[in-house]
Amino acid sequence: MSPPLRDPHQERWNFRFRLGVTWWLVMVLFLALIARLAWLQIVAQRHYHTLAEANRIAIVPLVPQRGLILDRHGVVLAENRYEFDLEITPHLCPDISATLEALTRLVTITPSDRKLFQKMRDESHGLTPVAIRTHLTEEEVARFSVNRYRFPGVDIEARLTRTYPLGLHASHLIGYISRINEEDQDRLEDEDLSDQYRGTNHIGKQGIESHYESLLHGTTGSEQVETDAAGHGLRSLAQTAPVSGDDLYLTIDAKLQQVAEEAFGLQHGALVAIDPETGEVLAFVSQPGFDPNLFVDGIDQEHWNDLNTSPDHPLNDRALRGQYPPGSTVKPFMALAALQLKVRSADYVLYDPGYFSFPGSSHHYRDWREGGHGKVDMTISIIQSCDTYYYSLANEMGIDRMHDFFTLFGFGQKSGIDLDGEVAGLYPSTVWKQKKYHQAWYAGDTVISGIGQGYVLATPLQLAVATAMLANQGKRMTPHLVRAIRHAESGKITLIAPKVSQTLTFRPEDLETVRNAMVGVMKPGGTAAQAGAGALYSMAGKTGTAQVVGVRQGEKYNASALTEHNRDHALFIAYAPADHPRLAVAVLVENGGHGGSTAAPIARQVFDYYLLGKRPPPAAPTAVPHD
Amino acid sequence: MDRTLLHTTLFLVLFSLIVLYSASGEELSKVLSQVRNLALAFGVMGLVARTNPQILERLAFPLYGLALLALIAVALFGEVSHGARRWLHLGPLHVQPSELMKLALPMALAAFFEWRSRTLNWRDFVVAGLMLLVPVGLVLRQPDLGTALLIASSGFYILYFAGLPWKVMGLLSALALAALPLIWPLLHGYQKNRILVFLDPTQDPLGAGYHTLQAMIAIGSGGVLGKGWLQGTQSHLDFLPEHTTDFIFAVFGEEFGLMGELVFLGAMLVLITRGFYIANEGSTPFSRLMAGALSMTLFTYTFVNMGMVSGILPVVGVPLPFLSYGGTSLVTLFSSVGFLMSVHHHRKLVKQ
Repeated sequence: MSPPLRDPHQERWNFRFRLGVTWWLVMVLFLALIARLAWLQIVAQRHYHTLAEANRIAIVPLVPQRGLILDRHGVVLAENRYEFDLEITPHLCPDISATLEALTRLVTITPSDRKLFQKMRDESHGLTPVAIRTHLTEEEVARFSVNRYRFPGVDIEARLTRTYPLGLHASHLIGYISRINEEDQDRLEDEDLSDQYRGTNHIGKQGIESHYESLLHGTTGSEQVETDAAGHGLRSLAQTAPVSGDDLYLTIDAKLQQVAEEAFGLQHGALVAIDPETGEVLAFVSQPGFDPNLFVDGIDQEHWNDLNTSPDHPLNDRALRGQYPPGSTVKPFMALAALQLKVRSADYVLYDPGYFSFPGSSHHYRDWREGGHGKVDMTISIIQSCDTYYYSLANEMGIDRMHDFFTLFGFGQKSGIDLDGEVAGLYPSTVWKQKKYHQAWYAGDTVISGIGQGYVLATPLQLAVATAMLANQGKRMTPHLVRAIRHAESGKITLIAPKVSQTLTFRPEDLETVRNAMVGVMKPGGTAAQAGAGALYSMAGKTGTAQVVGVRQGEKYNASALTEHNRDHALFIAYAPADHPRLAVAVLVENGGHGGSTAAPIARQVFDYYLLGKRPPPAAPTAVPHD
Repeated sequence: MDRTLLHTTLFLVLFSLIVLYSASGEELSKVLSQVRNLALAFGVMGLVARTNPQILERLAFPLYGLALLALIAVALFGEVSHGARRWLHLGPLHVQPSELMKLALPMALAAFFEWRSRTLNWRDFVVAGLMLLVPVGLVLRQPDLGTALLIASSGFYILYFAGLPWKVMGLLSALALAALPLIWPLLHGYQKNRILVFLDPTQDPLGAGYHTLQAMIAIGSGGVLGKGWLQGTQSHLDFLPEHTTDFIFAVFGEEFGLMGELVFLGAMLVLITRGFYIANEGSTPFSRLMAGALSMTLFTYTFVNMGMVSGILPVVGVPLPFLSYGGTSLVTLFSSVGFLMSVHHHRKLVKQ
């Protein structure tokens, strides 16, 4: 097939035709492009505008400063202090092990610091800084700062940390804050507060820190920051300032608290001191204490195990959650009930042979004094703490009348103090026993309830509240720990008004009978005479002993034969001055034996300091080994 | 010199510098560097505009041979970077032979058709097809799908204007469509990914679809009038990738809006139309074919880039004529314009 010669004109025409077709194709495609652009920029403009705005604006939370906690005189109990951490950003640090080696010469780095660092480094991506040391001393900060140029990727990070300057003192009552965990997160979400906690890492877990979390935390502010694609802030567009948390002035007197804690020495127990007229709690002690500072940045396993498995249970708030048989401290209330309900008159005399028994029964309810107290009236029954008198009184009164009366004094119910986790204690009744055990109430149950044993359980706080009610002529004030709130924004101070929980009217002569008897307890012949000796004010008190293990019929209680943890708890309640009470105190010393000899002297030191400003003599050298 | 071409080009150049200043994050040094590129490109344009197309025609085959050899050299000892073998190191020079082929292939094909113009038959189209497929295949192997398609399209325009029968084109498109499922398994992972993401950019907004999505946000949020010069948040806050090169149109669209885009498209349409007009009055088959193909290449770059940035075409590395920053593409572009000027200038000299 020979190729035909091409006609140049035909060729030119073809070329022109193809140019024309192509030009129209170009037009059509350009129009398609314009249609696409018009769709993006007119129809979908609003949508993309929103996306662009969302791209560039990040809402950064501005974390408020947590409110301070101060005592009634302004002594700081919890504050925010700058802490300095040493941090390493792994991807900026050329040789980590060499860096660590060199750092060891400037700051102390313990093997456990290294271990923690290694662990956190494994969890991070290497781009974020990881702390190698926390809580640098000022000297360490200075030493590192001078040498900083030698350490690329290593930096000092300053941050505000919650600190509790008193350390072990008042730890249960102040509580602590700690990292927000999943449980807290769930609760915050339930309460619709998770926005408030954006940027906040810590939350109150115990004590005042927990109960007043909403006031202490403050209001989180926010800042709209323009960002680039990497999320780096470029400039601030708008800002809502955060509002710091409110400062809380507690009813606590830090010095009194310290005096009370030191009075315990190495003994375990609890003490609550209340102003009877207002319900203000001046001291709230649970011994031993713990250092709340350990919890703020997450407690390490070692310390946690120490605290948690210690047989001394330092984390247990004995004043709020410890339930003990109140023992003989119930006797003044029993006596008042007898007078009020006209079961017995003050001058009724009972002959105490050393035991109480039901007619026709050989079972002996023994008095603590072998051989008995002989002739006993109401006053002597309190002064000498005669058990037999109260066995028979209880038997005459009946458990339900006792239950109703003690309930009015706050037994068996929460006091309503401003702390979380309070327990109610227990004052039994026939109804209660039926419900709880499906058992009938026995007369014997009543008898031992008369001396505060059996089912009866009370917290040291409840005992203090009941004592304060007695001191306050029958008006029970709600105990509280916050005296005033200082609002961060306005600086305005709101005082917390005292609240009445219960008012009972007693005949003045009945109150006087009980008071005089309690004053007698502190005098020669009384069970707390030693503790009352030489007091420059009149004190009304009552000792108590709470059995930890039962003593079988025919056996004798022998303290030295029992291990320390099975020994009786010592109790003491008191108020002073007796004629115009300013302070009511309840003391519990675990396994302390007799209330008069271990618990009462602690109360005495508290009264001496509070009423006279008298500091106890410096503590005698204790058995704590020194280095 | 053709005034229409010159004025439109000058207008677009001024326009591009204004856009580049904003797109570079108000970096004057980048604008100045582009001004240097422009000076060079104008020099080349002037040189080409004053050269007789016949001289260029004589250069066509040697240039094509050189480019082909370089492509083979790349395949054998090219430098691997980013997983692709594209660059050739000749002493201090780093050459990307596929760039050279973008001009060499249409020139060689146009020269071939001029040579065969008197006795053109179907065998010539087969030979031309082979001249096209060999370099395209080499570039595809690098792998560089985008450039291979651009080279293929510039060669195809010559075949098309030279009179490739419509029937053959219909058959070829049918074959291409049928071959798609066969080609798919041969594609590289990232190439498949680009196509999948193109079909639905939202499926991977932080990965492969990120570029397109951010570009669409930029353009869409610009609206009809745009956010104003230097006011585009998407580019200034670094959300846009490649915002001075392949994605500069998104910056432009965000700040100048639909109105600005219409002005730009209008100017491009003037250039292309003028190119077609010049092609029509070309004196030799070589100059006619080249003028038509170069105009269409100009259109192709514009359409593919804008289509990619606005999300109707998959992401391929194609610069936007005039607006994108970069020396090589400017020189190629301006020599094309220069060639059109030359064809226009030499239209009558041969006619007589």
